[in-house]
Amino acid sequence: MSTEIENLKTYDPFAEADEDSGKTKQTQEYIHIRIQQRNGRKTLTTVQGIPSKFDHKKILKVVKKEFACNGTIISDTEMGEVIQLQGDQRTKIKEFLTDKENGLGLDDKTIKVHGF
Amino acid sequence: MSTEEPSLQRRASRKSVAFTDEKLVVDADGSVTMVASPNDDTKETAMSHTPRTPPLSAALGAFTDAASQAPAAAPAEDADGLDLRLMKKKKKAKVETAEGDDEAAAPAAGEEGIDLSLKKKKKKKVAKDDDDFAKKLEKLNIEGKEGEEAAPESEEQEGDWEKGTGIFKHDETSTINYSPLLSRFFALLSQKNPDHASTGTRSYKIPPPQCLREGNKKTIFANLAEICKRMKRADEHVTAYLFAELGTSGSVDGSRRLVIKGRFQQKQIENVLRTYIIEYVTCKTCRSPNTELSKGENRLYFITCNSCGSRRSVQAIKTGFSAQVGKRRKNKA
Repeated sequence: MSTEIENLKTYDPFAEADEDSGKTKQTQEYIHIRIQQRNGRKTLTTVQGIPSKFDHKKILKVVKKEFACNGTIISDTEMGEVIQLQGDQRTKIKEFLTDKENGLGLDDKTIKVHGF
Repeated sequence: MSTEEPSLQRRASRKSVAFTDEKLVVDADGSVTMVASPNDDTKETAMSHTPRTPPLSAALGAFTDAASQAPAAAPAEDADGLDLRLMKKKKKAKVETAEGDDEAAAPAAGEEGIDLSLKKKKKKKVAKDDDDFAKKLEKLNIEGKEGEEAAPESEEQEGDWEKGTGIFKHDETSTINYSPLLSRFFALLSQKNPDHASTGTRSYKIPPPQCLREGNKKTIFANLAEICKRMKRADEHVTAYLFAELGTSGSVDGSRRLVIKGRFQQKQIENVLRTYIIEYVTCKTCRSPNTELSKGENRLYFITCNSCGSRRSVQAIKTGFSAQVGKRRKNKA
C-alpha cells in the first residue's frame, strides 16, 4: 500500500521541474533526520539522504562510538541507504553532520530535523 | 505566570526559527508573551526593523536588572549608549525572568505592554536629565524595592510631552535623550494608531491541543477538528503532516478525534503543530496566518495569502523512511 504512495512521490520532483523549469526547488537534496517511537521510552533515529560521496559504513562506525549507541545501515529501495541509530540522537547527529572539524561539514540548511 | 514560563524557555531554545515565525507561532497558553519575543529577536537575529518593542522591553529588563542586581553599576551604564545597554542587559534580564527572581515584576509589565515599560522609561529619562548620579542611584533603589512607587512617579511624568512640561517644554534647550524620545514616539503611535503599533506583537493563537491517553500505546488528539478549523486547513492535511513528523500512524475515531499510535505529550504535539503552522499556514511574505491552501495544477499545493495576495508553493508532505518497529512476524501476516 505504502509503495504506491511512495512511487507517486518519487515522481513528484519531475512534475515540478517540468512545471517551472526556471526555479526548480527540488534540486537540493535534504538530509532528513527523523525520530520514531519504539516501545516504552525507547526511540530510533533515522538519518536519510546522506550523500553517497561519504562512506556510510565509516560514518556509522564513528557515530556509534561517539554517541555510545548501536546502529545499522538499512538499504531501502526508495530511500537508499538509511542510517538507523538507537535512541534520540537527533541533535547529536545534526551536530556531527555540520561539524567541519570532526564531522562531515555539511550545510546546515540541507538538514531537516523532523519529529516532536 | 507559571504557565508562561515554560513557553518562554522553549522559545529561547528554538533558535533555528527566526523570530518572525516565532511571533506567529501557536501561543498555546494563550498568554501574552510580549517580553519574551522581543527579547528573543534582538538577541538571535539582528533584524529588528521593528525597533519599537525591543528597546522598550529591553529598557524594562535593564531596569529590573539594575534595580535588583547592582544599583551601583546601573548609572554607569545609563551613561552608555542605548544600544550597548540593550545588548548587555538582554541576557541577564532574560535569565532573571526565567529564574523567577524578578519574575513578579517582569511578566506583569509584559502583560500591560507598552504602557508600563514606557513609564519606567520616563523615570529613567528624568534621572538622566538631572545628570545626578546620586539621584539615579536613589531611584534605582526605590524601584528595586517596590514597583508600586514607580506608578505614581511616572504619572507625574506622564504629562510631560502631552502638556509640554519638563524636558519637553517648548523653550527647553537641553537635548532630549534618545530613549525618552523613542518612548514618546511609541506612546504616541500606540495612542493615535493602535493598529500599527500592535502588529509587531500580535501572535497567532490557536487552542492548545488536548491530548488524552487511550490505553497504554495510543494518544488521542481530541480537538484536531477545532484547530484545523481555526487554521483553515483540511483535517487530512494536518493529520498527514502529524503522522509524517511523528513517524507513526493512526486513525480518526467516531467523534472526529485523532487517534495516534504511540505516546505523545501535549507539548510534543504542540511543537509539531508549530512547525506545521510555520510551514503551511503563515504567509512567508507578510507573516499573516490568513492564508489558503489549495491544490494547484500538477499536484502541487499552493498557499495563497488573503491579506497580501502572495502565492507560494509548499512541499508535499512526505513520509520518508520509517524503520520497522515491533515484531516482524506481525508485519508479515
